[in-house]
Amino acid sequence: MKTETETLAVVEEEEEEVAAEQEEGEEEEVREGDLPEEEERRLLEKTWGDDPGFWGWLTSTNHKSIGRRFIITAFVFFLLGGVLAVLMRVQLARPENTFLGPDIYNQIFTMHGTTMMFLFAIPVMGAFATYLVPLMIGTRNIAFPRLAAFSYWIYLFGGITLYAFFIMNIGPDQGWFSYVPLAGPEFSPGKRVDIWSQLINFTEISALATAVEVITTVFRLRAPGLSLHRIPIFVWAMLIMSFMVVFAMPAVMTSSLFLTLDRLVGTHFYNAAEGGDPLLWQHLFWFFGHPEVYIIFIPALGYVSSIVQTFSRRKVFGYTALVLSMIATGFIGFGLWVHHMFATGLPQLGSSFFTAASMMIAIPSGTQIFCWIATLWSGRPRFKTPLVFVIGFFFIFVAGGLTGVMQASVPVDLQLHDTFFVVAHFHYVLIGGAVFPLFGAFYYWFPKFTGRMLSEGLGKLNFWLLFVGFNLTFFPMHQLGLNGMPRRVYTYPPGTGWGNLNLVATIGGVVMTLGVLTFIANVLISRRRGRVAGDNPWGADTLEWSTSSPPPSYNFQRLPVVQGREPLWVRTEDAPVVEGLRVDCREVLVTRTLDAEPDNIMALPSPSIWPLMLALAVTPTFIGSIFTPWALPAGMLLAGGALIGWGWPKPRDERCERKRVEEMTDEERRKEAARAQ
Amino acid sequence: MKNEKCKIKNEKWKTSASSSGFHFSFFIFNFAFLQQSVLDPAGPQAARIGRLWWLMFYVEAGVFVLVGAAVLVAVFRKRKERKKSSDEPDTSPEPKRERRMTRVVTGGIIATVLILFVFLAGSFYTGRALYSTDDERALSIKVTGHQWWWDVEYDAVPASDTVRTANEIHVPVGRLVKLRLTSTDVIHSLWVPNLNGKKDLIPGHEIVLTFQADREGEFRGQCAEYCGYQHAHMGFKVVAEAPEKFYEWMNQQRAPAPEPANEAEARGREVFLKGPCVMCHSVRGTNAAGRVGPELTHLKSRTTIAAATLPNTRGHLAGWVTNSQEIKPGNNMPPVPLEPGELQALVAYLESLK
Repeated sequence: MKTETETLAVVEEEEEEVAAEQEEGEEEEVREGDLPEEEERRLLEKTWGDDPGFWGWLTSTNHKSIGRRFIITAFVFFLLGGVLAVLMRVQLARPENTFLGPDIYNQIFTMHGTTMMFLFAIPVMGAFATYLVPLMIGTRNIAFPRLAAFSYWIYLFGGITLYAFFIMNIGPDQGWFSYVPLAGPEFSPGKRVDIWSQLINFTEISALATAVEVITTVFRLRAPGLSLHRIPIFVWAMLIMSFMVVFAMPAVMTSSLFLTLDRLVGTHFYNAAEGGDPLLWQHLFWFFGHPEVYIIFIPALGYVSSIVQTFSRRKVFGYTALVLSMIATGFIGFGLWVHHMFATGLPQLGSSFFTAASMMIAIPSGTQIFCWIATLWSGRPRFKTPLVFVIGFFFIFVAGGLTGVMQASVPVDLQLHDTFFVVAHFHYVLIGGAVFPLFGAFYYWFPKFTGRMLSEGLGKLNFWLLFVGFNLTFFPMHQLGLNGMPRRVYTYPPGTGWGNLNLVATIGGVVMTLGVLTFIANVLISRRRGRVAGDNPWGADTLEWSTSSPPPSYNFQRLPVVQGREPLWVRTEDAPVVEGLRVDCREVLVTRTLDAEPDNIMALPSPSIWPLMLALAVTPTFIGSIFTPWALPAGMLLAGGALIGWGWPKPRDERCERKRVEEMTDEERRKEAARAQ
Repeated sequence: MKNEKCKIKNEKWKTSASSSGFHFSFFIFNFAFLQQSVLDPAGPQAARIGRLWWLMFYVEAGVFVLVGAAVLVAVFRKRKERKKSSDEPDTSPEPKRERRMTRVVTGGIIATVLILFVFLAGSFYTGRALYSTDDERALSIKVTGHQWWWDVEYDAVPASDTVRTANEIHVPVGRLVKLRLTSTDVIHSLWVPNLNGKKDLIPGHEIVLTFQADREGEFRGQCAEYCGYQHAHMGFKVVAEAPEKFYEWMNQQRAPAPEPANEAEARGREVFLKGPCVMCHSVRGTNAAGRVGPELTHLKSRTTIAAATLPNTRGHLAGWVTNSQEIKPGNNMPPVPLEPGELQALVAYLESLK
């Protein structure tokens, strides 16, 4: 309660300031409460909205525009990756099939892995964070909005580059894991691997930028009262994911930089003949690669928590346990990378440590599952499509987790490693653990994104097609692995007995495809003809449901003040709001990290073309450096120019900037006074 | 090329029953009829791993059933609470029930920890048993991975007694075998599911894999680490035989290549020695001493060619020599253009290398 009274005090004092400043007769400025509501909304829209037309589309720095683009682009890559998967399944349906040759098959499985990991899974999770986190924590935009725009453009250009090379039949063919020496200069001549390693740079820059934005947004832009122990589990999930990105991505960027140097200028980081070591690559890559799995999985935990809480009509059971489990997963996730390398002849004792760590991760995962089951048990479940997807998630993910525990054991892993058993396992954890919750999340937030509901009937059909198709595709692969079928083979001899199970898997793939097509149909139909959603169609508790659907460009007319862990469920009639931010500037309230007490007011930048320009400068640099090291100095000049443009003061931002400094002094003066009292 | 493929399909040259109908037999039937299986061990190593696997499988199947049942009951159980039809969210759940659930969830977590400890102990125990089998009498074999075949050398004293072959590892039943694995190009991984887990072949490293075959038989293995273009066609065979038979084989392998027995074979040897073959292959007893490709001294004693891709027949040999790129695209053997007569003679010679 203390928080709210204090905030109210802030609001009052700010109003006084307004009065005081207006008396001083300074330059005209408009604050919340100065104008009639209707007029104020209009002005807010003018301040926060994108510039009109195509130009406005290019310059947008609104987190919702960027988030929406991110989601759509990632979904397009998901479809491309899916098409590649279907092609692979067709090739493997029969032994010695000649539908695809080794060259194209190797490109396709490399592209499939790379697309799903780098162009779909990581970006789509960041995209949901970009769209939803500012709404959920009650602010008007993401921190560093221009960086968010840059993050999108660089991701888009990276993806286009990769597919452009693939269409020209020079796509990477060394596997998404790019093991050296196969990916080294001697055994992969040509430019295929270089394209892959530059794609890593594109997408990792994008992911790092998103991570930094999310961390800053969560730490400093929360609505008053939304102290750290009250933030929704979804926001915790995104925060933990972002921290993992910050620590994991540098490893893969280092490894791919070394690889590029080995290939471009003849360094010998990975060349055993010259004192390098191919195992160095594996350590660096998996130090990123394993946390990567949790970078994809932890956001899904956030979706599941949101959906379980809303549709069981009770607050989630074990908030603290859930948050601590996610943090534990985040930490332990960095201590398991060696379980990808058990076959490389590492010493017994060292491997044992990683066995223990890999098994340990089942403890937080189990805790989360138990907490959600308890929530459903004591709640009153409502069988809407999002919840149905979450129930599907329980079954698939638990199965995948259990086979994961098997592979934590060194002796068992040595049998299962690099077989179709592993293919089955990680599709169970990634599709079950991340894609099913993601579909659930999409059904859940689609009304907020578009203002319309997705069809429930098509939704259930979509679920069953995916669920049945998924199990039909991947369950037989366990058996195939036990029967000795290795991964990444473009064909297999008859007589191995693998043919029939592969055929079943291929049929399952077709069923899954139908499921995805149902989803697309549902989105296309419901976008125009779906039931109008209203602000809060599910009766959910988090702040994004308190604004209109889709939200206005400024998110909230008044920033809310949060009164409890389930803001909308515990909100009282006379709940206070924040008042006094300027309506003619992109001002947001900055609060303190732990207790979300108001701390400062900050003006965010207006729309800018420079993020796009910087991406346009970086893209040819990366592509050029595949061919010549001179692309780097040339690119630095281009990027430097774009950065100067980025940093160049703009009149409409400066206007707000100048005032802001004055306000800061006022703030400080106010604080001094408050402290003195 | 098409004909070649058809041949493979029609011959059904491998022993097992791919055509025996639909076997969707996950975990239910035994796997003896399939060619390779992790769960059909032929030696103590694979048997130990199999036991650990079954322990994990049964415990985890139990866990899966319990958790699945809990989910289903949680969502479908009948509720007779007051606010049954109301959508009013419950923000202050009944403390008594919450405490009860806390106890159950805590119990679940403790059970998880205990199960994991059992697995951990089982895993350590099995791991130790697998790797503390260092035996003085172990048969030491060096296996070098190549794109896309296996070079096999039986260590011997004196070194001149070293036996070298390719894509086929003969071992005596009942004796521990120590494979010393390395690679000269990219990373491969050697795996015979019926005998033991896999170990990688990494340039600049030597990694040891031990196994023992307890029954006679042929066990298929293949490369498990993606190694490029023809990773799919990098198989091999472990032939476990009675010790007497093994030593017989060993002595036969040690001998130099037999001299040509007739004119065609003699002409074939001439073609071989004058052609590009000698750049890569070696046949002991002749000047051919290349080490880039598989050893051919006793080629005909092996049952397959092209890394367990094709049966070792006259037709396949001729096809392979003429244009191996059609059979296994991307492999490192160039097409060898020969006159029909020369080809016939060469194949006759190769067929004589018993």
